Amino acid sequence: MVRAQITVNGHVAPITPAAAHTTVLDFLRERGLTGTKEGCAEGECGACSVLVARPGVVKPTDWVAVNACLVPVAALDGQEVVTAEGLAAADESGAATVLHPVQEEMAVRGGSQCGYCTPGFICSMAAEYYRPDRCARPENDSADSADAEQGPNGFDLHSLSGNLCRCTGYRPIRDAAFAVGMPGGTDPLAQRREQPAPVPVATEYTQDDRVFLRRRTLAETLQVLRDRPDVVVVAGSTDWGVEVNIKSRRANCVIAVDRLPELRELRVDADYVEIGAALTLTEIERHLDGEVPLLTQLFPQFASRLIRNGATLGGNLGTGSPIGDSPPALLALEASVVLADTTGERVVPLADYFTGYRQTVRRQGELIRAVRIPRPLSPVVAFHKIAKRRFDDISSVAIAFALDVEGGIVRKARIGLGGVAATPVRAVRTEAALEGQDWTEETVRSVATVLSTEGTPMDDHRASAGYRSAMLGQSLLKLYAQTTEAVRS
Amino acid sequence: MSQLSQRPEKPVVGIPLPHESASLHVTGGALYTDDLVQRTKDVLHAYPVQVAQAHGRITALRTGPALQVPGVVRVLTAADVPGVNDAGMKHDEPLFPDEVMFHGHAVAWVLGESLEAARLGAAAVEVELDELPSLITLQDAIAADSYHGATPLMVQGDVEAGFADATHVLTGEFQFSGQEHFYLETHAALAQIDENGQVFIQSSTQHPSETQEIVAHVLGVASHEVTVQCLRMGGGFGGKEMQPHGFAAIAALGAKLTGRPVRFRLNRTQDLTMSGKRHGFHSTWKVGFDADGRIQALDATLTADGGWSLDLSEPVLARALCHIDNTYWIPNARVAGRIAKTNTVSNTAFRGFGGPQGMLVIEDILGRAAPQLGLDPMELRERNFYQPGQGQTTPYGQPVPQAERISAVWQQVQREADVAVRQREIAVFNATHPNTKRALALTGIKFGISFNLTAFNQGGALVLIYKDGSVLINHGGTEMGQGLHTKMLQVAATTLGIPLQRVRLAPTRTDKVPNTSATAASSGADLNGGAIKHACDQLRERLLQVAATQLGAPASDVRITDGIARALGVDGELDWDTLVRTAYFQRVQLSAAGFYRTEGLYWDAQSFRGSPFKYFAYGAAAAEVEVDGFTGAYRTRRVDIVHDVGDSLSPMIDIGQIEGGFVQGAGWLTLEDLRWDVSDGPHRGRLLTQAASTYKLPSFSEMPEEFNVTLLENATEEGVVYGSKAVGEPPLMLAFSVREALRQAAAAFGPSGVSVELSSPATPEAVYWAIETARRADTAHNGAAAGRQSAGRGPRADTEELSSA
Repeated sequence: MVRAQITVNGHVAPITPAAAHTTVLDFLRERGLTGTKEGCAEGECGACSVLVARPGVVKPTDWVAVNACLVPVAALDGQEVVTAEGLAAADESGAATVLHPVQEEMAVRGGSQCGYCTPGFICSMAAEYYRPDRCARPENDSADSADAEQGPNGFDLHSLSGNLCRCTGYRPIRDAAFAVGMPGGTDPLAQRREQPAPVPVATEYTQDDRVFLRRRTLAETLQVLRDRPDVVVVAGSTDWGVEVNIKSRRANCVIAVDRLPELRELRVDADYVEIGAALTLTEIERHLDGEVPLLTQLFPQFASRLIRNGATLGGNLGTGSPIGDSPPALLALEASVVLADTTGERVVPLADYFTGYRQTVRRQGELIRAVRIPRPLSPVVAFHKIAKRRFDDISSVAIAFALDVEGGIVRKARIGLGGVAATPVRAVRTEAALEGQDWTEETVRSVATVLSTEGTPMDDHRASAGYRSAMLGQSLLKLYAQTTEAVRS
Repeated sequence: MSQLSQRPEKPVVGIPLPHESASLHVTGGALYTDDLVQRTKDVLHAYPVQVAQAHGRITALRTGPALQVPGVVRVLTAADVPGVNDAGMKHDEPLFPDEVMFHGHAVAWVLGESLEAARLGAAAVEVELDELPSLITLQDAIAADSYHGATPLMVQGDVEAGFADATHVLTGEFQFSGQEHFYLETHAALAQIDENGQVFIQSSTQHPSETQEIVAHVLGVASHEVTVQCLRMGGGFGGKEMQPHGFAAIAALGAKLTGRPVRFRLNRTQDLTMSGKRHGFHSTWKVGFDADGRIQALDATLTADGGWSLDLSEPVLARALCHIDNTYWIPNARVAGRIAKTNTVSNTAFRGFGGPQGMLVIEDILGRAAPQLGLDPMELRERNFYQPGQGQTTPYGQPVPQAERISAVWQQVQREADVAVRQREIAVFNATHPNTKRALALTGIKFGISFNLTAFNQGGALVLIYKDGSVLINHGGTEMGQGLHTKMLQVAATTLGIPLQRVRLAPTRTDKVPNTSATAASSGADLNGGAIKHACDQLRERLLQVAATQLGAPASDVRITDGIARALGVDGELDWDTLVRTAYFQRVQLSAAGFYRTEGLYWDAQSFRGSPFKYFAYGAAAAEVEVDGFTGAYRTRRVDIVHDVGDSLSPMIDIGQIEGGFVQGAGWLTLEDLRWDVSDGPHRGRLLTQAASTYKLPSFSEMPEEFNVTLLENATEEGVVYGSKAVGEPPLMLAFSVREALRQAAAAFGPSGVSVELSSPATPEAVYWAIETARRADTAHNGAAAGRQSAGRGPRADTEELSSA
């Protein structure tokens, strides 16, 4: 087997002697690339953001920003990484450093104060700078208030939602983001997008009796799952990375599934949409392009762009967390989970999938291959996430609605809830109370009292039980107000 | 105009410049303390042994098991301390405690060949405790009469007479949370020993001299055996004023005992669970207004949550008392302060240093009182402003110079924010939107500049000119992102009359400038700028003499501008490099030490009276919010600020401080939510929000969608370096405008004239309960009942009476 190696800022480096759990962040820092910083070690602050070359949606390769603190360096065997240090170039004489356009804008506009978060911002900003479908808005485009998050240069501010700055208050960073132009023809990273992304490499990286594995096929991967009960499965490692860093968990065997071709398909059939379990949220968002409106509402509220660049539906369902953001939406969509093992596949409705706190019907040796969303889709949908912070927070409560309203009558209601029980749940009593009723304020007020009694919410540091219950009822009132306001306008 | 405040021709100060390290920041080249580890050989890693109990006496500490862990080199305990086992200035913070005083208290440190080895070693250390009862909340401490430190009392006028004259007397209670600094760079230090056994410590510290002092006394050596350097900090905000010392002492002790470099860097959870925060406060108050809404008397008691040790709680409390007046004339006041002793981290300095807490109390009172007095909150605030020329003094007896600026910035921000027009638009919007309400609120600030403790108001500098004309400046201030170094470079270039690029700045070190004060209290530019200017003035005077001889003119006629010396009425000129070289050959000293002390300060801590502040910084903000009635969620639509920085030394830096301070203040007041386990369960006293995933800082979504900052013009400050004013802390308090706008928006869901109590932080949940209370308010009974309480919180406010006298 070829030794594990990684290309950093154009230079190939062996991964040895890093431990199997060593993160990209620690690997870079130990190599002297200390521009990449640790601010939180759990993918919340973005100080460790770096660029990774990934298969592109529009061009052969995308430059994708990820949290280096979460990804094991062995997961990037054979891959290409660029850090803030690698974005600046020496001038022709080699004497001075020529700043990258995003670095230049950040520097001259006062985008850095203490500077500690800055290299991470630079990498997130560079990823958006190189996004191939970013295009400047036409000049006569009338800006409305929503465009506070969309620059005249097409820069989507949500690309920076996973980066925290404690000093500036963000205004100069926004100005810098909205001032960057388009990459020039000779820009090496822009050119790199035209070539295929590095192929995934079968990896068996062992250090101190601990191993990091990547197999080429689903079949080989399932064999490992069958043979090693102690294996930890990772895709973007956005959950496992936190366990490693914060809870100091160490696994004897980790296997990566994020590049398995069988887990990376997205099909829109007549009867259902099937989403590969290892597609990242960002990829799903780009590929679906509004096909599933409820998911369109979910995406911007699901963690941050940095996390969405790594996180997958397979991972979000695999952890079985009661506060994952996708389950409420997928429950409302009546999605099913396709589980695979060495003996074959079975399809489990998501409503039957969760069995207890972080417990599911997934058996040892089984892997989530895909998620299926049946069609046709109900037309009245909403995803309400209740949290302290507007973006990139963990929900106190999440409520997803998918309703069929025909002739003023609710024909069908599916409501998924997160954060109100040990598992994500369907609000079945509320669904029953709504179905067959007139879609009127009177109905909604009456049924909201039912919805507010669903689940068994708790008091914790995110919210009180009382607030959580209140938010359930309020969400139905809000949905009704939104639909009727939409009708009026 | 004083010589200190006067600017020469073509000054380099006043030019908008990005941060002097901006290019290093954006390329990742800027080095922070922990980045040095990769450049140092054979470093040992220190890891704390934290005890997961809120309070208890240690009965056994077994380090043997840790030493069995491969890679563990040594475990540091109290027995290893050659000097004094003490990490603080109040001698109540043992570096290695025999009593665990808060959940997460470190009782020993493990040194390992790798961080992983040290971590595993720390987990292997066995600690046994005799558990003791614990006090976690302010209520716990108040109920148990658990206090420590000073109990100041501030009195002005005759409070009883004031209440007797009042038409309206209101009473209330208000408790509000502290705040985590959340500097992006956690605490870190790297200690090395030189060939003489002397200690060199690189530390992320705002106060290198005090870090040096504590390290020396822990090691039992003199200060000249310890050198502390700070390259830069990844944020400080006060959290690295007093807290780094003990951590640095651990690294120094480890280096001393092993002879090897020792590094520590807290991970985020360690930093959150071990280091102090902004003090949360509890207040009870009684206020009297006359028929026109003018404050006649205030009687209040402020209780600061000091945590387990005193740290800086006494001066924080003093500053809170000194700011309860904010911009308002309170003729009769009696304000008592005390510091609760709780089993939580030792709370410490945080941008504003008690000032925000004192000011929040009065702003909360006015926000609640306005509807009860039947006045618009803006009108109520304005009526109570200090007026110039009336002989009014603060409740601690200091006159208020430039009181006219309180109204000036207020009126300017009203104009620039188009407040009158927008108020009408908001009224129309609210009338047509039952589920969404907007509100626009104005608040102002007056913030005293200088350390309350007079001795701290001094600064030092060392300026070196080399033979080739290049200049190297050293000063006692530290760089934490606030742009101090940028300003100091501009000051030096201005005083010497040379281009900025001729001046470089060396990292802050205790062996260059001794006995420095903390870079704190917004005073960095005032003190160090004064000292640099003093040093540069001396050098310039010497060089003018040299130039005078060369140019054949009296020295008083010579000016150095843009690096060229010219004399009035003389044709010749002399470039800087030649001038310096000439001076060298004439054996003119080309280095100078500078010193500055703030004149005219007086403070009697006993009587709590005096003039502790050199001047006040003023500002006003207008914030508009939109609140969702279904959830309590909100957005800040627009913020306008007019702020007084004197004549700005560096406008881009100052605007950055204003914007950043504002958003940080808004975070404290609306979003950042410190929660402890207050149950009697096994985790009592544990910080529940101990990670970035649970303790939320403002992100892009909290930035005002429209954000306009204007610096007050023609604002020269006499007697301060180049006419400037301090800027670091005051803007944080402009964020009161957001909180008051949220209160008004919540009230807009109820009948008009409803008084709304709002918890702090005003999270969406807190705003939701405020809305619910407003909705339920009985129009006949003017004044809403206390809102529902969110989980795990003590009472935020209880009965409020409206009585007529």
